[in-house]
Amino acid sequence: MAAVEIDVEYVAQLARISLSGEEIQKFGAQFSQILGYIDKLRELDVDQVDPTAHADPRVNVMREDVVQSSLSQELALRNAPVKANGLFVVPKIVE
Amino acid sequence: MLNQLTIAELSSKLNSGTVSSREAAQACLDQIERVDGRLNAFISHDPADLLAQADAADRFRQEQGGNQGRPLLGIPIAVKDVIAVRGHPLNCGSKILGSYVSPYDATVIEKLRSAGALLFGRVNMDEFAMGSSTENSAFGVSRNPWDLDRTPGGSSGGSAVAVAADECLAGLGSDTGGSVRQPAAFCGCVGLKPSYGRVSRYGLVAYASSLDQIGPLTKSVRDAALMLEVISGADSKDSTCVPREVPKFTEGLNGSIRGMRLGVPREYMVGGLDPQVADAVRAALSELEKQGAEITEISLPHTEYAVATYYIVATAEASANLARFDGIRYGLRVDGADPAELYSRTRGAGFGTEVKRRVILGTYVLSSGYYDAYYLRAQKVRTLIRKDFAEAFERVDAIVTPTTPTAAFRIGEKSDDPLQMYLSDIYTLSCNLAGICGVSVPCGFTTNPRLPIGLQLLGKPFGEETLLRIANAYEQATGWHAAKPELS
Repeated sequence: MAAVEIDVEYVAQLARISLSGEEIQKFGAQFSQILGYIDKLRELDVDQVDPTAHADPRVNVMREDVVQSSLSQELALRNAPVKANGLFVVPKIVE
Repeated sequence: MLNQLTIAELSSKLNSGTVSSREAAQACLDQIERVDGRLNAFISHDPADLLAQADAADRFRQEQGGNQGRPLLGIPIAVKDVIAVRGHPLNCGSKILGSYVSPYDATVIEKLRSAGALLFGRVNMDEFAMGSSTENSAFGVSRNPWDLDRTPGGSSGGSAVAVAADECLAGLGSDTGGSVRQPAAFCGCVGLKPSYGRVSRYGLVAYASSLDQIGPLTKSVRDAALMLEVISGADSKDSTCVPREVPKFTEGLNGSIRGMRLGVPREYMVGGLDPQVADAVRAALSELEKQGAEITEISLPHTEYAVATYYIVATAEASANLARFDGIRYGLRVDGADPAELYSRTRGAGFGTEVKRRVILGTYVLSSGYYDAYYLRAQKVRTLIRKDFAEAFERVDAIVTPTTPTAAFRIGEKSDDPLQMYLSDIYTLSCNLAGICGVSVPCGFTTNPRLPIGLQLLGKPFGEETLLRIANAYEQATGWHAAKPELS
Protein backbone atom coordinates (compact mmCIF):
# COMPACT_ATOMS: atom_id res chain seq x y z
CA MET A 1 0.00 0.00 0.00
CA ALA A 2 1.34 3.37 -1.01
CA ALA A 3 0.82 6.08 1.59
CA VAL A 4 -1.68 8.64 0.30
CA GLU A 5 -1.63 12.04 1.92
CA ILE A 6 -4.75 14.11 1.60
CA ASP A 7 -5.21 17.71 2.65
CA VAL A 8 -8.18 17.06 4.92
CA GLU A 9 -8.74 20.70 5.81
CA TYR A 10 -8.93 21.72 2.15
CA VAL A 11 -11.27 18.88 1.10
CA ALA A 12 -13.50 19.47 4.13
CA GLN A 13 -13.77 23.09 3.07
CA LEU A 14 -14.83 21.95 -0.43
CA ALA A 15 -17.45 19.75 1.27
CA ARG A 16 -18.57 22.70 3.45
CA ILE A 17 -17.95 20.85 6.71
CA SER A 18 -16.12 22.53 9.55
CA LEU A 19 -13.90 20.12 11.47
CA SER A 20 -12.16 20.30 14.82
CA GLY A 21 -8.37 19.95 14.97
CA GLU A 22 -8.82 16.52 16.46
CA GLU A 23 -11.09 15.42 13.61
CA ILE A 24 -8.64 16.71 11.00
CA GLN A 25 -5.89 14.64 12.54
CA LYS A 26 -7.96 11.49 12.99
CA PHE A 27 -9.47 11.64 9.50
CA GLY A 28 -6.05 12.24 7.96
CA ALA A 29 -4.75 8.94 9.30
CA GLN A 30 -7.94 7.07 8.42
CA PHE A 31 -8.08 8.45 4.88
CA SER A 32 -4.50 7.33 4.18
CA GLN A 33 -5.45 3.86 5.32
CA ILE A 34 -8.71 3.78 3.29
CA LEU A 35 -7.17 5.30 0.15
CA GLY A 36 -4.22 2.94 0.51
CA TYR A 37 -6.68 0.07 0.41
CA ILE A 38 -8.61 1.60 -2.49
CA ASP A 39 -5.35 1.71 -4.47
CA LYS A 40 -6.05 -1.96 -5.11
CA LEU A 41 -8.14 -0.88 -8.08
CA ARG A 42 -4.93 0.13 -9.87
CA GLU A 43 -4.07 -3.56 -10.25
CA LEU A 44 -6.75 -3.84 -12.94
CA ASP A 45 -6.35 -2.80 -16.55
CA VAL A 46 -9.56 -0.91 -17.31
CA ASP A 47 -8.49 1.03 -20.40
CA GLN A 48 -10.96 -0.78 -22.65
CA VAL A 49 -13.81 -0.93 -20.11
CA ASP A 50 -16.84 1.35 -20.25
CA PRO A 51 -17.89 2.95 -16.96
CA THR A 52 -21.16 1.98 -15.26
CA ALA A 53 -23.04 4.88 -13.70
CA HIS A 54 -26.23 2.91 -13.17
CA ALA A 55 -26.94 -0.81 -12.97
CA ASP A 56 -30.12 -0.44 -14.99
CA PRO A 57 -29.68 2.69 -17.10
CA ARG A 58 -32.81 4.29 -18.48
CA VAL A 59 -32.78 7.41 -20.62
CA ASN A 60 -35.33 10.07 -21.41
CA VAL A 61 -37.97 8.85 -19.00
CA MET A 62 -40.94 11.13 -19.66
CA ARG A 63 -44.41 11.59 -18.33
CA GLU A 64 -47.34 13.46 -19.84
CA ASP A 65 -46.85 17.20 -19.49
CA VAL A 66 -49.87 17.88 -17.34
CA VAL A 67 -50.26 20.34 -14.51
CA GLN A 68 -50.29 18.63 -11.12
CA SER A 69 -50.61 19.94 -7.62
CA SER A 70 -47.43 20.16 -5.56
CA LEU A 71 -46.39 20.93 -2.02
CA SER A 72 -48.11 24.05 -0.67
CA GLN A 73 -46.01 27.01 0.36
CA GLU A 74 -47.02 26.46 3.96
CA LEU A 75 -45.90 22.81 3.94
CA ALA A 76 -42.69 23.65 2.10
CA LEU A 77 -41.79 26.20 4.75
CA ARG A 78 -42.93 24.18 7.74
CA ASN A 79 -39.49 22.76 8.51
CA ALA A 80 -37.51 25.93 7.76
CA PRO A 81 -35.16 26.98 10.57
CA VAL A 82 -35.83 30.69 9.91
CA LYS A 83 -38.66 32.06 7.77
CA ALA A 84 -40.48 35.35 7.27
CA ASN A 85 -43.26 36.54 4.96
CA GLY A 86 -43.53 33.17 3.25
CA LEU A 87 -39.80 33.07 2.50
CA PHE A 88 -36.67 31.30 3.75
CA VAL A 89 -34.43 33.75 5.58
CA VAL A 90 -30.76 33.46 4.57
CA PRO A 91 -27.61 35.46 5.35
CA LYS A 92 -26.77 38.35 3.04
CA ILE A 93 -25.23 37.03 -0.18
CA VAL A 94 -24.38 40.21 -2.19
CA GLU A 95 -22.89 43.41 -0.87
CA MET B 1 -48.81 -13.56 21.74
CA LEU B 2 -50.05 -11.74 18.63
CA ASN B 3 -46.87 -9.69 18.23
CA GLN B 4 -44.89 -12.92 17.73
CA LEU B 5 -46.85 -14.01 14.69
CA THR B 6 -45.88 -13.68 11.06
CA ILE B 7 -47.97 -11.40 8.84
CA ALA B 8 -49.55 -14.47 7.22
CA GLU B 9 -50.50 -15.95 10.60
CA LEU B 10 -51.93 -12.72 12.01
CA SER B 11 -53.84 -12.00 8.78
CA SER B 12 -55.54 -15.35 8.94
CA LYS B 13 -56.58 -14.75 12.56
CA LEU B 14 -57.81 -11.25 11.69
CA ASN B 15 -59.73 -12.61 8.72
CA SER B 16 -61.39 -15.30 10.80
CA GLY B 17 -62.44 -12.64 13.29
CA THR B 18 -60.86 -14.32 16.32
CA VAL B 19 -58.65 -11.31 17.09
CA SER B 20 -58.65 -7.59 16.33
CA SER B 21 -55.92 -5.31 14.95
CA ARG B 22 -56.22 -3.31 18.12
CA GLU B 23 -55.19 -6.36 20.14
CA ALA B 24 -52.27 -6.97 17.78
CA ALA B 25 -51.18 -3.32 17.94
CA GLN B 26 -51.47 -3.36 21.72
CA ALA B 27 -49.36 -6.53 21.89
CA CYS B 28 -46.59 -4.75 19.91
CA LEU B 29 -46.81 -1.70 22.19
CA ASP B 30 -46.61 -3.92 25.29
CA GLN B 31 -43.55 -5.67 23.89
CA ILE B 32 -41.88 -2.31 23.14
CA GLU B 33 -42.63 -1.24 26.69
CA ARG B 34 -41.13 -4.48 28.00
CA VAL B 35 -37.94 -4.76 25.95
CA ASP B 36 -37.10 -1.57 24.07
CA GLY B 37 -35.46 0.13 27.03
CA ARG B 38 -32.72 -2.50 26.61
CA LEU B 39 -32.74 -2.79 22.81
CA ASN B 40 -33.30 0.80 21.63
CA ALA B 41 -34.83 -0.24 18.30
CA PHE B 42 -37.24 2.70 18.32
CA ILE B 43 -36.14 6.33 18.17
CA SER B 44 -39.76 7.27 18.76
CA HIS B 45 -43.25 5.89 18.37
CA ASP B 46 -46.74 7.20 18.93
CA PRO B 47 -48.92 4.61 20.71
CA ALA B 48 -52.13 6.65 20.37
CA ASP B 49 -51.62 7.03 16.62
CA LEU B 50 -50.95 3.29 16.17
CA LEU B 51 -54.07 2.38 18.14
CA ALA B 52 -56.17 4.85 16.15
CA GLN B 53 -54.92 3.24 12.90
CA ALA B 54 -55.73 -0.20 14.35
CA ASP B 55 -59.25 0.88 15.28
CA ALA B 56 -59.78 2.25 11.79
CA ALA B 57 -58.64 -1.07 10.31
CA ASP B 58 -60.99 -3.00 12.61
CA ARG B 59 -63.89 -0.73 11.63
CA PHE B 60 -63.11 -1.15 7.93
CA ARG B 61 -63.04 -4.92 8.26
CA GLN B 62 -66.32 -4.96 10.15
CA GLU B 63 -68.13 -2.58 7.81
CA GLN B 64 -66.85 -4.26 4.64
CA GLY B 65 -67.19 -7.78 5.99
CA GLY B 66 -63.55 -8.61 5.25
CA ASN B 67 -60.27 -7.12 4.11
CA GLN B 68 -61.57 -6.30 0.60
CA GLY B 69 -58.31 -7.45 -0.97
CA ARG B 70 -56.13 -5.37 1.33
CA PRO B 71 -53.45 -7.94 2.14
CA LEU B 72 -51.91 -6.02 5.06
CA LEU B 73 -55.10 -4.76 6.69
CA GLY B 74 -54.41 -4.16 10.38
CA ILE B 75 -50.76 -5.33 10.33
CA PRO B 76 -48.33 -3.17 12.41
CA ILE B 77 -45.19 -2.36 10.41
CA ALA B 78 -42.22 -0.36 11.74
CA VAL B 79 -40.51 2.17 9.49
CA LYS B 80 -36.80 2.94 9.25
CA ASP B 81 -36.06 6.57 10.07
CA VAL B 82 -34.97 7.29 6.48
CA ILE B 83 -38.40 6.85 4.84
CA ALA B 84 -40.91 9.72 4.84
CA VAL B 85 -44.27 9.19 6.56
CA ARG B 86 -46.54 12.24 6.40
CA GLY B 87 -46.87 13.92 9.78
CA HIS B 88 -44.20 11.74 11.40
CA PRO B 89 -40.71 12.90 12.40
CA LEU B 90 -37.82 12.04 10.07
CA ASN B 91 -34.24 12.26 11.30
CA CYS B 92 -32.20 9.64 9.41
CA GLY B 93 -30.52 8.88 12.73
CA SER B 94 -28.94 12.35 12.56
CA LYS B 95 -28.95 15.59 14.51
CA ILE B 96 -28.94 17.68 11.36
CA LEU B 97 -32.65 17.33 10.62
CA GLY B 98 -33.62 18.84 13.97
CA SER B 99 -37.37 18.63 14.52
CA TYR B 100 -38.18 17.80 10.88
CA VAL B 101 -41.67 16.44 10.21
CA SER B 102 -42.34 14.82 6.79
CA PRO B 103 -44.74 16.85 4.66
CA TYR B 104 -45.56 13.87 2.42
CA ASP B 105 -45.59 10.07 2.21
CA ALA B 106 -42.93 8.04 0.42
CA THR B 107 -44.41 5.98 -2.43
CA VAL B 108 -43.83 2.74 -0.49
CA ILE B 109 -45.76 4.23 2.43
CA GLU B 110 -48.67 5.18 0.14
CA LYS B 111 -48.69 1.64 -1.21
CA LEU B 112 -48.57 0.07 2.26
CA ARG B 113 -51.37 2.36 3.44
CA SER B 114 -53.50 1.32 0.45
CA ALA B 115 -52.84 -2.30 1.43
CA GLY B 116 -54.17 -1.52 4.91
CA ALA B 117 -50.90 -1.59 6.89
CA LEU B 118 -50.53 0.24 10.21
CA LEU B 119 -47.34 2.31 9.85
CA PHE B 120 -45.72 3.23 13.10
CA GLY B 121 -42.53 4.26 14.81
CA ARG B 122 -39.22 5.58 13.63
CA VAL B 123 -36.72 2.76 13.96
CA ASN B 124 -33.05 3.38 14.59
CA MET B 125 -30.30 3.29 11.99
CA ASP B 126 -26.76 4.33 11.25
CA GLU B 127 -26.87 8.03 10.43
CA PHE B 128 -28.01 8.49 6.81
CA ALA B 129 -27.69 4.69 6.42
CA MET B 130 -23.90 4.91 6.60
CA GLY B 131 -22.69 2.05 8.70
CA SER B 132 -22.91 -1.64 9.45
CA SER B 133 -23.67 -1.66 13.17
CA THR B 134 -26.27 1.03 14.09
CA GLU B 135 -23.56 2.53 16.31
CA ASN B 136 -23.49 5.68 14.14
CA SER B 137 -26.84 7.00 15.33
CA ALA B 138 -27.40 10.31 17.07
CA PHE B 139 -30.07 8.45 19.05
CA GLY B 140 -27.81 5.87 20.70
CA VAL B 141 -26.80 2.35 19.70
CA SER B 142 -29.32 -0.41 19.17
CA ARG B 143 -28.56 -3.77 20.75
CA ASN B 144 -28.78 -7.27 19.33
CA PRO B 145 -31.63 -9.17 21.02
CA TRP B 146 -29.55 -12.40 20.96
CA ASP B 147 -26.71 -10.77 22.90
CA LEU B 148 -27.08 -7.26 24.27
CA ASP B 149 -23.31 -6.64 24.08
CA ARG B 150 -23.37 -7.09 20.31
CA THR B 151 -24.50 -4.90 17.47
CA PRO B 152 -27.61 -5.77 15.48
CA GLY B 153 -25.74 -4.89 12.29
CA GLY B 154 -26.73 -1.95 10.16
CA SER B 155 -27.66 0.30 8.81
CA SER B 156 -31.27 -0.99 9.21
CA GLY B 157 -30.38 -2.30 12.69
CA GLY B 158 -33.48 -0.88 14.36
CA SER B 159 -35.76 -2.58 11.83
CA ALA B 160 -34.03 -5.95 12.34
CA VAL B 161 -34.17 -5.66 16.14
CA ALA B 162 -37.84 -4.62 16.11
CA VAL B 163 -38.71 -7.66 13.96
CA ALA B 164 -36.49 -10.17 15.79
CA ALA B 165 -37.73 -9.01 19.21
CA ASP B 166 -41.38 -9.09 18.10
CA GLU B 167 -41.95 -5.37 18.62
CA CYS B 168 -43.71 -5.29 15.25
CA LEU B 169 -44.88 -7.78 12.63
CA ALA B 170 -42.47 -6.58 9.93
CA GLY B 171 -40.17 -3.67 9.20
CA LEU B 172 -39.09 -1.52 6.30
CA GLY B 173 -35.39 -0.93 5.74
CA SER B 174 -33.14 0.36 3.00
CA ASP B 175 -30.17 -1.44 1.46
CA THR B 176 -27.30 0.40 -0.26
CA GLY B 177 -24.53 -2.13 0.36
CA GLY B 178 -26.18 -4.75 2.57
CA SER B 179 -28.09 -2.58 5.04
CA VAL B 180 -31.16 -4.84 5.01
CA ARG B 181 -29.50 -8.24 4.55
CA GLN B 182 -26.64 -7.86 7.06
CA PRO B 183 -28.79 -6.81 10.07
CA ALA B 184 -31.31 -9.50 9.11
CA ALA B 185 -28.47 -12.05 9.29
CA PHE B 186 -27.19 -10.70 12.62
CA CYS B 187 -30.65 -10.70 14.22
CA GLY B 188 -32.05 -13.91 12.73
CA CYS B 189 -34.77 -12.56 10.44
CA VAL B 190 -35.41 -12.45 6.71
CA GLY B 191 -34.13 -9.40 4.79
CA LEU B 192 -34.78 -8.75 1.11
CA LYS B 193 -32.94 -6.32 -1.19
CA PRO B 194 -35.03 -5.98 -4.35
CA SER B 195 -33.46 -5.54 -7.79
CA TYR B 196 -32.52 -1.95 -8.51
CA GLY B 197 -35.60 -0.28 -9.99
CA ARG B 198 -38.13 -2.72 -8.56
CA VAL B 199 -39.25 -0.38 -5.76
CA SER B 200 -39.70 3.38 -5.90
CA ARG B 201 -37.18 5.47 -3.97
CA TYR B 202 -39.46 8.51 -3.79
CA GLY B 203 -39.53 9.57 -0.15
CA LEU B 204 -36.42 7.56 0.75
CA VAL B 205 -33.74 10.02 1.84
CA ALA B 206 -30.97 9.39 -0.69
CA TYR B 207 -27.55 8.08 0.34
CA ALA B 208 -26.18 6.62 -2.91
CA SER B 209 -28.88 6.91 -5.53
CA SER B 210 -27.54 4.32 -7.97
CA LEU B 211 -27.38 1.69 -5.20
CA ASP B 212 -30.25 2.43 -2.77
CA GLN B 213 -33.32 0.19 -2.62
CA ILE B 214 -36.03 -0.10 0.03
CA GLY B 215 -36.59 -3.64 1.26
CA PRO B 216 -38.61 -5.54 3.88
CA LEU B 217 -37.37 -7.26 7.05
CA THR B 218 -39.73 -10.03 8.10
CA LYS B 219 -40.18 -13.21 10.17
CA SER B 220 -40.64 -15.46 7.14
CA VAL B 221 -39.91 -15.60 3.43
CA ARG B 222 -43.64 -15.60 2.71
CA ASP B 223 -44.00 -12.29 4.55
CA ALA B 224 -41.10 -10.82 2.55
CA ALA B 225 -42.81 -11.93 -0.68
CA LEU B 226 -46.06 -10.34 0.44
CA MET B 227 -44.40 -7.06 1.40
CA LEU B 228 -42.52 -6.98 -1.92
CA GLU B 229 -45.74 -7.56 -3.83
CA VAL B 230 -47.23 -4.49 -2.15
CA ILE B 231 -44.31 -2.05 -2.40
CA SER B 232 -43.11 -2.85 -5.96
CA GLY B 233 -44.06 -1.16 -9.19
CA ALA B 234 -43.45 1.83 -11.45
CA ASP B 235 -43.74 5.34 -10.04
CA SER B 236 -44.02 8.59 -11.96
CA LYS B 237 -42.07 10.19 -9.11
CA ASP B 238 -38.99 7.99 -9.54
CA SER B 239 -37.68 7.71 -13.09
CA THR B 240 -35.31 4.89 -12.11
CA CYS B 241 -38.21 2.72 -11.00
CA VAL B 242 -38.82 0.26 -13.82
CA PRO B 243 -42.24 -0.04 -15.47
CA ARG B 244 -42.64 -3.78 -15.54
CA GLU B 245 -45.42 -5.93 -14.28
CA VAL B 246 -45.15 -6.97 -10.64
CA PRO B 247 -45.42 -10.75 -10.28
CA LYS B 248 -47.55 -12.30 -7.54
CA PHE B 249 -44.51 -13.24 -5.50
CA THR B 250 -46.54 -15.20 -2.94
CA GLU B 251 -48.13 -17.47 -5.54
CA GLY B 252 -45.04 -19.26 -6.90
CA LEU B 253 -43.55 -19.62 -3.45
CA ASN B 254 -44.28 -23.28 -2.78
CA GLY B 255 -43.01 -24.60 -6.11
CA SER B 256 -40.29 -27.23 -6.24
CA ILE B 257 -36.66 -26.26 -6.63
CA ARG B 258 -35.78 -29.56 -8.34
CA GLY B 259 -33.32 -29.03 -11.16
CA MET B 260 -32.51 -25.46 -10.18
CA ARG B 261 -28.86 -24.61 -10.65
CA LEU B 262 -27.21 -22.92 -7.69
CA GLY B 263 -23.74 -21.42 -7.90
CA VAL B 264 -21.27 -21.10 -5.05
CA PRO B 265 -18.62 -18.47 -5.78
CA ARG B 266 -15.19 -19.84 -4.95
CA GLU B 267 -14.02 -16.33 -4.05
CA TYR B 268 -16.51 -16.12 -1.16
CA MET B 269 -15.59 -19.24 0.78
CA VAL B 270 -12.11 -18.06 1.72
CA GLY B 271 -10.00 -16.22 4.31
CA GLY B 272 -11.80 -14.18 6.95
CA LEU B 273 -14.84 -16.46 6.85
CA ASP B 274 -15.68 -17.81 10.30
CA PRO B 275 -15.55 -21.65 10.21
CA GLN B 276 -18.92 -21.88 11.98
CA VAL B 277 -20.50 -19.66 9.33
CA ALA B 278 -18.86 -21.73 6.58
CA ASP B 279 -20.24 -24.93 8.14
CA ALA B 280 -23.75 -23.52 8.34
CA VAL B 281 -23.61 -22.50 4.67
CA ARG B 282 -22.33 -25.96 3.67
CA ALA B 283 -25.16 -27.58 5.61
CA ALA B 284 -27.63 -25.29 3.82
CA LEU B 285 -26.18 -26.32 0.47
CA SER B 286 -26.68 -30.00 1.38
CA GLU B 287 -30.29 -29.28 2.25
CA LEU B 288 -30.88 -27.51 -1.06
CA GLU B 289 -29.19 -30.39 -2.88
CA LYS B 290 -31.43 -32.83 -1.04
CA GLN B 291 -34.40 -30.97 -2.46
CA GLY B 292 -33.10 -31.53 -5.98
CA ALA B 293 -31.08 -28.38 -6.65
CA GLU B 294 -27.80 -28.77 -8.50
CA ILE B 295 -24.86 -27.11 -6.80
CA THR B 296 -21.92 -25.93 -8.90
CA GLU B 297 -18.87 -23.86 -8.17
CA ILE B 298 -18.75 -20.57 -10.01
CA SER B 299 -16.31 -17.70 -10.14
CA LEU B 300 -16.89 -14.00 -9.52
CA PRO B 301 -13.30 -12.98 -10.18
CA HIS B 302 -13.62 -9.29 -9.28
CA THR B 303 -15.03 -9.91 -5.80
CA GLU B 304 -11.88 -8.65 -4.08
CA TYR B 305 -12.37 -5.22 -5.70
CA ALA B 306 -15.98 -4.73 -4.55
CA VAL B 307 -15.24 -3.01 -1.24
CA ALA B 308 -12.89 -0.46 -2.83
CA THR B 309 -15.31 0.16 -5.70
CA TYR B 310 -18.26 0.56 -3.38
CA TYR B 311 -16.54 3.04 -1.07
CA ILE B 312 -15.71 5.28 -4.03
CA VAL B 313 -19.09 5.11 -5.80
CA ALA B 314 -21.18 5.33 -2.63
CA THR B 315 -19.22 8.15 -0.99
CA ALA B 316 -19.12 10.14 -4.24
CA GLU B 317 -22.89 9.91 -4.59
CA ALA B 318 -23.33 10.68 -0.90
CA SER B 319 -21.23 13.83 -1.14
CA ALA B 320 -23.64 15.12 -3.80
CA ASN B 321 -26.85 13.89 -2.14
CA LEU B 322 -26.04 15.26 1.30
CA ALA B 323 -25.24 18.72 -0.05
CA ARG B 324 -28.91 19.54 0.54
CA PHE B 325 -28.41 19.49 4.32
CA ASP B 326 -27.12 23.03 4.50
CA GLY B 327 -29.23 24.69 7.19
CA ILE B 328 -31.32 26.74 4.78
CA ARG B 329 -34.60 24.96 4.08
CA TYR B 330 -34.98 22.54 6.96
CA GLY B 331 -33.43 21.20 10.11
CA LEU B 332 -30.55 22.52 12.14
CA ARG B 333 -28.99 25.91 11.41
CA VAL B 334 -25.81 27.25 12.98
CA ASP B 335 -25.42 30.88 11.94
CA GLY B 336 -22.38 32.31 10.18
CA ALA B 337 -21.25 35.63 8.72
CA ASP B 338 -21.93 34.46 5.17
CA PRO B 339 -23.68 31.48 3.56
CA ALA B 340 -20.47 29.42 3.25
CA GLU B 341 -19.75 29.79 6.95
CA LEU B 342 -23.36 28.95 7.83
CA TYR B 343 -23.18 25.77 5.72
CA SER B 344 -19.87 24.65 7.19
CA ARG B 345 -20.84 25.30 10.77
CA THR B 346 -24.25 23.69 10.36
CA ARG B 347 -22.80 20.58 8.73
CA GLY B 348 -19.89 20.44 11.18
CA ALA B 349 -22.30 20.49 14.12
CA GLY B 350 -25.08 18.40 12.57
CA PHE B 351 -23.30 15.46 10.93
CA GLY B 352 -21.77 12.62 12.92
CA THR B 353 -18.26 11.27 12.42
CA GLU B 354 -18.97 8.56 9.82
CA VAL B 355 -21.10 10.88 7.69
CA LYS B 356 -18.37 13.52 7.72
CA ARG B 357 -15.81 10.89 6.84
CA ARG B 358 -17.80 9.61 3.86
CA VAL B 359 -18.86 13.01 2.52
CA ILE B 360 -15.27 14.25 2.66
CA LEU B 361 -13.96 11.05 1.05
CA GLY B 362 -16.63 11.36 -1.65
CA THR B 363 -15.70 15.00 -2.24
CA TYR B 364 -12.06 13.98 -2.57
CA VAL B 365 -12.63 11.21 -5.13
CA LEU B 366 -14.70 13.60 -7.27
CA SER B 367 -12.35 16.55 -6.92
CA SER B 368 -10.37 18.04 -9.76
CA GLY B 369 -7.30 15.95 -10.54
CA TYR B 370 -8.57 12.83 -8.77
CA TYR B 371 -11.81 12.12 -10.64
CA ASP B 372 -10.21 9.84 -13.26
CA ALA B 373 -7.96 8.04 -10.81
CA TYR B 374 -10.74 7.23 -8.37
CA TYR B 375 -14.32 7.80 -9.49
CA LEU B 376 -14.01 6.95 -13.19
CA ARG B 377 -11.82 3.93 -12.43
CA ALA B 378 -14.34 2.68 -9.84
CA GLN B 379 -17.17 3.02 -12.36
CA LYS B 380 -15.17 0.90 -14.79
CA VAL B 381 -14.50 -1.76 -12.18
CA ARG B 382 -18.23 -1.68 -11.45
CA THR B 383 -18.74 -2.76 -15.06
CA LEU B 384 -16.42 -5.73 -14.48
CA ILE B 385 -18.33 -6.71 -11.33
CA ARG B 386 -21.64 -6.53 -13.21
CA LYS B 387 -20.19 -8.70 -15.98
CA ASP B 388 -19.06 -11.30 -13.44
CA PHE B 389 -22.68 -11.70 -12.33
CA ALA B 390 -24.13 -11.60 -15.84
CA GLU B 391 -21.78 -14.42 -16.86
CA ALA B 392 -22.52 -16.42 -13.73
CA PHE B 393 -26.27 -16.12 -14.29
CA GLU B 394 -25.86 -17.69 -17.73
CA ARG B 395 -24.89 -20.87 -15.89
CA VAL B 396 -26.93 -20.75 -12.68
CA ASP B 397 -30.39 -19.65 -11.50
CA ALA B 398 -29.17 -18.24 -8.21
CA ILE B 399 -25.97 -17.76 -6.22
CA VAL B 400 -25.59 -18.99 -2.63
CA THR B 401 -23.18 -17.33 -0.17
CA PRO B 402 -22.87 -16.43 3.50
CA THR B 403 -24.51 -13.03 4.17
CA THR B 404 -21.63 -11.99 6.42
CA PRO B 405 -18.17 -13.42 7.17
CA THR B 406 -18.94 -13.65 10.91
CA ALA B 407 -21.95 -13.53 13.20
CA ALA B 408 -22.74 -10.27 15.05
CA PHE B 409 -19.68 -8.46 16.34
CA ARG B 410 -19.35 -6.66 19.66
CA ILE B 411 -20.46 -3.09 20.19
CA GLY B 412 -17.31 -0.97 19.93
CA GLU B 413 -15.30 -3.75 18.28
CA LYS B 414 -14.91 -2.01 14.91
CA SER B 415 -16.20 1.49 15.57
CA ASP B 416 -12.72 3.08 15.63
CA ASP B 417 -11.51 1.23 12.55
CA PRO B 418 -13.60 2.28 9.54
CA LEU B 419 -11.71 0.06 7.08
CA GLN B 420 -12.35 -3.09 9.15
CA MET B 421 -16.02 -2.09 9.37
CA TYR B 422 -16.16 -1.62 5.58
CA LEU B 423 -14.54 -5.02 4.97
CA SER B 424 -17.30 -6.74 6.96
CA ASP B 425 -19.67 -5.94 4.07
CA ILE B 426 -17.67 -7.95 1.54
CA TYR B 427 -20.46 -10.43 0.64
CA THR B 428 -23.33 -7.96 0.32
CA LEU B 429 -21.87 -4.96 -1.56
CA SER B 430 -21.53 -6.51 -5.02
CA CYS B 431 -25.28 -7.12 -5.24
CA ASN B 432 -25.96 -3.37 -5.12
CA LEU B 433 -23.13 -2.54 -7.53
CA ALA B 434 -24.59 -5.06 -10.01
CA GLY B 435 -28.21 -4.03 -9.38
CA ILE B 436 -29.33 -7.63 -8.80
CA CYS B 437 -31.63 -8.90 -6.03
CA GLY B 438 -30.64 -10.64 -2.80
CA VAL B 439 -32.18 -12.11 0.30
CA SER B 440 -30.78 -13.22 3.65
CA VAL B 441 -32.51 -16.07 5.49
CA PRO B 442 -31.60 -17.56 8.88
CA CYS B 443 -29.49 -20.72 8.46
CA GLY B 444 -28.40 -21.69 11.95
CA PHE B 445 -26.47 -20.47 14.97
CA THR B 446 -22.95 -20.23 16.21
CA THR B 447 -22.21 -21.90 19.53
CA ASN B 448 -20.80 -20.01 22.48
CA PRO B 449 -22.31 -17.51 22.18
CA ARG B 450 -25.43 -18.59 20.31
CA LEU B 451 -25.82 -16.04 17.50
CA PRO B 452 -27.84 -16.24 14.28
CA ILE B 453 -26.14 -16.93 10.93
CA GLY B 454 -27.49 -15.68 7.61
CA LEU B 455 -27.57 -17.44 4.25
CA GLN B 456 -27.55 -15.10 1.27
CA LEU B 457 -29.21 -15.95 -2.02
CA LEU B 458 -28.49 -13.68 -4.99
CA GLY B 459 -30.72 -13.64 -8.05
CA LYS B 460 -30.85 -12.20 -11.56
CA PRO B 461 -32.13 -8.65 -12.04
CA PHE B 462 -35.90 -8.90 -11.48
CA GLY B 463 -35.50 -12.57 -10.57
CA GLU B 464 -37.13 -12.26 -7.14
CA GLU B 465 -39.69 -14.99 -7.89
CA THR B 466 -37.01 -17.65 -8.27
CA LEU B 467 -35.05 -16.27 -5.35
CA LEU B 468 -38.01 -16.31 -2.98
CA ARG B 469 -39.01 -19.80 -4.04
CA ILE B 470 -35.55 -21.15 -3.17
CA ALA B 471 -35.50 -19.20 0.09
CA ASN B 472 -38.93 -20.49 1.03
CA ALA B 473 -38.06 -24.10 0.21
CA TYR B 474 -35.00 -23.83 2.44
CA GLU B 475 -36.82 -22.06 5.26
CA GLN B 476 -39.74 -24.49 5.34
CA ALA B 477 -37.40 -27.47 5.44
CA THR B 478 -35.20 -26.14 8.24
CA GLY B 479 -37.33 -23.85 10.37
CA TRP B 480 -34.41 -21.72 11.61
CA HIS B 481 -36.55 -18.60 11.13
CA ALA B 482 -38.88 -19.66 13.94
CA ALA B 483 -36.21 -19.44 16.67
CA LYS B 484 -36.73 -16.51 19.05
CA PRO B 485 -34.23 -14.68 21.27
CA GLU B 486 -34.79 -15.03 25.00
CA LEU B 487 -35.61 -11.62 26.43
CA SER B 488 -36.63 -12.17 30.01
